[in-house]
Parts: sequence; C-alpha cells; structure tokens
Amino acid sequence: MAKGIWVFAEQREGQIKKVTYELLSEGRKIADQLGEELCAVLLGKGVAGLASSLGEYGADKVYVAESDALENYTTDGYTNVVADLVKQYEPGALLLGCTVTGRDLAAQVAQRLETGLMTDCTGMAIEDGQLVFTRPIYAGKAMVKAACPEARPVMATIRPNTFAAVPNAREAEIITVTPNTGDIRQVIKDIVRQISERPELTEADIIVSGGRGMKGPENFKLLEELADVLGAAVGASRAAVDAGWIPHTYQVGQTGKTVSPVLYIACGISGAIQHLAGMSSSKCIVAINKDEEANIFKVADYGIVGDLFEVVPLLTEELKKMLA
Amino acid sequence: MNIVVCLKQTFDTEAKITLDAGGKIERKGVSLIMNPYDEFAVEEALRLKEKDGGEVTVISVGESSAQDALRQALAMGADKAILVDPGEAELDEYATATILAKAISGLEYDIILGGFRAIDDGSAQVAGRVAEILNVPVVNVVTKLEVEGGKAVATREIEGGSELVEVALPAVFTAQKGLNEPRYPSMKGIMKAKKKPMQKMTLGDLGLEGQVAAKVKALSYSLPEPRKAGKIIPGEAAEAARELAKLLREEAKVI
Repeated sequence: MAKGIWVFAEQREGQIKKVTYELLSEGRKIADQLGEELCAVLLGKGVAGLASSLGEYGADKVYVAESDALENYTTDGYTNVVADLVKQYEPGALLLGCTVTGRDLAAQVAQRLETGLMTDCTGMAIEDGQLVFTRPIYAGKAMVKAACPEARPVMATIRPNTFAAVPNAREAEIITVTPNTGDIRQVIKDIVRQISERPELTEADIIVSGGRGMKGPENFKLLEELADVLGAAVGASRAAVDAGWIPHTYQVGQTGKTVSPVLYIACGISGAIQHLAGMSSSKCIVAINKDEEANIFKVADYGIVGDLFEVVPLLTEELKKMLA
Repeated sequence: MNIVVCLKQTFDTEAKITLDAGGKIERKGVSLIMNPYDEFAVEEALRLKEKDGGEVTVISVGESSAQDALRQALAMGADKAILVDPGEAELDEYATATILAKAISGLEYDIILGGFRAIDDGSAQVAGRVAEILNVPVVNVVTKLEVEGGKAVATREIEGGSELVEVALPAVFTAQKGLNEPRYPSMKGIMKAKKKPMQKMTLGDLGLEGQVAAKVKALSYSLPEPRKAGKIIPGEAAEAARELAKLLREEAKVI
C-alpha cells in the first residue's frame, strides 16, 4: 500500500535549494489532508547536517543517503539511489523541484518505476481523493489538470516560486541509509560556475530584465545596478540574446527560462508572445518602455512610458534611498 | 556513426490556443512546425554525419501531418524517416517513450538525439525515458557535443554554470538552444527529400497493439485568465520613478 508524500531535497554544494522548502511547505498540507507522513530524501556527500533544516519546513522523516559518488549530481547515481529507496519504502507520491537537476532525475526515476510524471506544475490539490496537478502547456497559453490514477508513486516536478516556503518546525526523524550508487555511466569531467552574487534566475524573487530597447551589451550595467539594489537576478528577452548582447542562460521566454518571481521589471521589452509565455505568471509586472503601444503594457501592473536610460537610474536611486 | 533523432511536430510558437466544443485543445487551423529544440537535434546529427559519416534516421510518433516535420528533417539532410501512427492509443510521455524505444530498438544506433523539451507540453521527459528503456546513458540540456573514439563529451547547462560530462556510446543527448544554428533546407534538399524513404508504422507493426497505455490522464483543460493592464504612471521621469518605487512598496507590497 503506497503511502506518504516524498520530497526530493535538492542540494548543490551543501546548500538546500529554496524550492525544496517550498515543496515541503505545500507537501505538509497535502500530507495532513491525507493523514499521511511527509518525508524528504537527501542525497550527497557530507550533507547529513542539512537534514534538520528539512524538519523545520515540515518533514516528519528525512532519508539521508551519503556517498562519495553522490558528491556531484549524476543522472545514473541519483536515479539508482532514489529509485531503490522508492521501491523499498513505497511512497504514494514523489515531488521534485522543476530545476535542471529535478527535471533530469524525475524522468529517469519515473521510467525506472514505470509510473507517470507531470512536469513543471504550478498547482497541486486533492480532488476526489486523488492528487491532481495543474500545469501550464503551450508555454502558459493553456492549462491542463492531470492525475496519475493508478501507477505509484505519483510523480511531479513543481516550478520554483509556485508555493511559499513556510516554516513549520518539527523534529524530523533522521534515517541514514546506505546507498548503492551502482554503475554511473556519466563521468563529470569538469564543472564551470559563473561567479555571481545574484540569485539564480528561476529562483529569484525579483528579476530585472532587458530587451531590444537596451541598445547594446554595455547598457545591461544599468539593469545590474538596479538588480543589486533589489537583490534581484538579471534576465533578458530573446531579442537581446539573439543580438548577442547577453548569453542564452539569461533568456526568459518560450525558448528560454520560465520564471514566476514576485516582481518582474521589464525594461525596453516589447512583450512578444514568446516572452510573455516565460514570465506572465509573475505576481507583479512593471514595464518601462518608450513605446506606449508596446504589448508589455497590456500585462503590466505598473507601467512607465519613457526612456529607460533616464528612468532606470532614477528608479535605482529611489529604491536605494527607500531600502537604505 | 548511425544517429537517430526523435522529433515532434508542435504548434507554431505564434499559435493562438483555444478550446474545442469538447473542452480540449483545438487543433484545427493551427499551423504546425518542427519543435524548435528538435531542429537543434537534427542539425547536430547532420554535423556529426558530415564529420564521421554514417546515417541519420529521424523518427516521430504522431498522426500523418507529422510527415511534414519529418520531411523538413529529410530536406535538411537526414537520410530516412519513420513515422509511427499511434492510432487510437492514448498517449502520455510513458506511452510515447515506449513506442519510440521499441521502434529504435530495431535500428542500429550510436547516438540518439532529441530536443530537451517540446514547446507544446514542455514535459522534457520522453528522451530520458527512451534512454532508460534502451538501457543507455542520457545527458540532458546539451550545448556542445564532441564525439571521438566511441565516446562523447557533452557540455550541459546546469544552474549557474555548465558541466562537462563524458559517456561511452551509444547514448542519448538532448539539445538545448545554443548547441548550433540549424540550417534551412535548400531547394535541392527539398527536392531530394521527396525521394527519401518515409516508413510508416503502426503499433501492430511494432508488436505493441493494445500494449500501450498512458499512466497520466488529462482531466480538464482551461485557458488562463488574461492579465489585466494596470496603471500607467504619469509624469516626468523623476516623478514617475519616485511614484513607482512608492507603489511597489505600499500598494503592491513586493519590496
């Protein structure tokens, strides 16, 4: 009898990803409604110390699997261990963040267990006794509600920033398991990190984004200054990326990243449908554009029709004073 | 070097989405394209073939309209195409991957490529599932691929950076934007494509008749509430900037 809600606790370099706490917070509500337990599964090397923080967000139990082979994420290593644990403990549901790692792992585990997986979900509820997930399709132009009626566990990846991370302290029972990492066919030769003090685009609460109106790569400095005052990430539209002003990793939209921050500030972005697809689930949208006919104003909560080269530095100054 | 590319026909990115009388996504009158991420996969396959020789097979699971996407890949330079018609079978990613893997298992392959996600359902899991069924390694969101001596080194995008992953072939790789710039089919390519083989298969041909069932069921579709236009803040730049900062803090309460 498959029971219990499991959350994959994603960590990189000893830091738990924020989306993990978001999933535990919402998973706690679901577990309480079902009268089942909420468990986290934490893999890595030297990560046992992170387990208690998972209890602070509602986990009843934390399964900790440590191994040298789990220090860096590998598709095979993590799939082998997570799939084994699921086979052993038979949870009813397994939730992961829709991150690069979560997406990679979820597909492999789902196939190994021959179960269904709903990805990039933005809603989760119990309806008629089963877990139902809402997910945007066609880049947010439509939504589908879906369920996995028979196969277990039900698996889903949830878009970061969908749920609030709410502390719900309890002392989690820590269960140390000995992982069998098995044959790992992916050999990590090198990891290159871009050194950035700014938050990851998909996890950021605030994003300052620039488009064609930025006119050149050198002007992104204006956005960086505004971003740093707000502790925000910097993003870009496809037009700016295709012009070669900023790398593709910054692109927000249908062929870039999908984001749902609390605040999205679009500077010199016209609001093409492909861009809106990637950011229209933001809670508050601000548009700064000199073209008052720009599409972006149709979705913006606040708009300033004006020259961004004038408005953005002034806004940076205002916010600096306000937040000082 | 034999390469198989899994591709999908999707709605055009500009397509307006509506619901039909039955509450499902209306498919009539929508222009269809090859999933843009799959174009990167096709292009990469062609580049590998140009370098090392071999054959590129493109495969899709879909209705007969999907032939257009396959023809496009043939016009770009792929050698042959396979279209599996799922008939009445209800498909999810599990079912689609089961069909693809069965069809591919009858081919010779060193490399399997696909887009890392489709722009319609965006599920980003079919290629990974195919790898799992065929018991070959997968490397996802690849932005650079170097193949030599039965091994491949792929650069894949990770949050805040990238990593280099080495795998022995055969293996599955999924393409991310940045991997290459897909070519446009030439007139000559388009003419040639008409004569290239397009094999049509049914689930019965694959021995999967009645064997394929979706794990995930769609319950209902809806269109999102359109966002309403908010307020335009009037005034000179300095005044507007001050007002915006105030509204963000006091009204929207987001900073």
